[in-house]
Amino acid sequence: MAGAKEIRTKIASVKSTQKITSAMEMVAASKMRKAQDRMQATRPYAEKMRQVIGHVALANPEYKHPFMHAREVKRIGFIIVSSDRGLCGGLNNNLFRALVRDIRALRDAGTEVEYCTIGTKALGFFRRVGGKVAAQATHLGDAPHIDDLVGTVKVMLDAYMNGEIDEIRIAYNNFVNTMTQKPTVEQLVPLPPGENAEDLKHHWDYIYEPGAKEVLNGLLTRYIESLVYQSVVENSACEQSARMVAMKSATDNAGELIDELQLVYNKARQAAITQEISEIVGGAAAVSN
Amino acid sequence: MAMTIHVDIVSAEGHMYSGQGEMVYAPAIMGEIGIAPRHAPLVTQLKPGELRVDPGGGKEQEHFYVSGGMIEVQPFKVTVLADTGVRAADLDEAAAQEAKRRAEDALANQKADIDLAKAQVELAEAVAQLRAIERLRKMR
Repeated sequence: MAGAKEIRTKIASVKSTQKITSAMEMVAASKMRKAQDRMQATRPYAEKMRQVIGHVALANPEYKHPFMHAREVKRIGFIIVSSDRGLCGGLNNNLFRALVRDIRALRDAGTEVEYCTIGTKALGFFRRVGGKVAAQATHLGDAPHIDDLVGTVKVMLDAYMNGEIDEIRIAYNNFVNTMTQKPTVEQLVPLPPGENAEDLKHHWDYIYEPGAKEVLNGLLTRYIESLVYQSVVENSACEQSARMVAMKSATDNAGELIDELQLVYNKARQAAITQEISEIVGGAAAVSN
Repeated sequence: MAMTIHVDIVSAEGHMYSGQGEMVYAPAIMGEIGIAPRHAPLVTQLKPGELRVDPGGGKEQEHFYVSGGMIEVQPFKVTVLADTGVRAADLDEAAAQEAKRRAEDALANQKADIDLAKAQVELAEAVAQLRAIERLRKMR
């Protein structure tokens, strides 16, 4: 019965793991709802902001904000949004893999890169991979606040203003639905020109009140803040749903494992009983002879 | 039918309004502006105040309160990016009064200079909210 006892302990351990994963699944499910609400609430603002910025990038103002100048790209800054905790399937790894591929291509083309990481996972990964991590923000919690991000992002923006980097891109997971998260890399500055703005191609400009400089400064600050915030919120919704899915499949797997182990255990027990009976019968036969 | 302009109002907290309007009135930083269809392209900052959309056709005006933000005008499209916004009807007068009193208190016994600017902003917001409420009440 030695084998049977081992199997029994194994089953007990898998069962307790299953309890943990199913608890995590439920926690993630309830957090996911809140994270999705937060994401949905900020999405319209970020979308409109992108549109407006797309228009502004096509305008021809007398004052050119540094963010509107595209210059020769020698060094690119990446803002990488990741989760603080693991156990969320391939969420972070998919993003990092996509990024590493991009970065390798850029490096081959002679462009340098530096990073600004949000979330412990990105920090750990890019420390390991090597490269300059210029700034980082971790432990934002479930309800990230824009104030926690501003400082980190400012490091990047200052570097851009000083000409240390020539382009800033932001990488995050785009929330498609609960099952699908898409790793996304977007250009933040210089401003990407808007799409489907054919009717705006001709030479025109806005009226700026009180002045182009003040208005553009105000607008661009809001643009950066809202986009970074949106990415973080989106990533956190992705994190929760990815975790929920991962934990659900872990729970299912544990269930299957338990079933299999149970079967093996039953067989072992049966075999032991059969053996005992045959021993008894054999013994009785020997005695009666 | 009269010419209309498409109006989108979004705030950092969510989508607020989307629809056609004959006229939009916004509290721009240099004074209130009225935007009719075919307005020249314009971007400006908003200060705390009341934003109105006249949907035309004799329908009642839509009132919103914004605490600042940006407005972008294209000939047939107005986009309002409000920092925080509420439909004016949802404004809570008691809360606004309370906020005004608190801000005035803070201004009266100011200790640190840092608080001063914040208190002034709060006061301006509270006053603008109260004005929006009063306006709305008069309409009814």
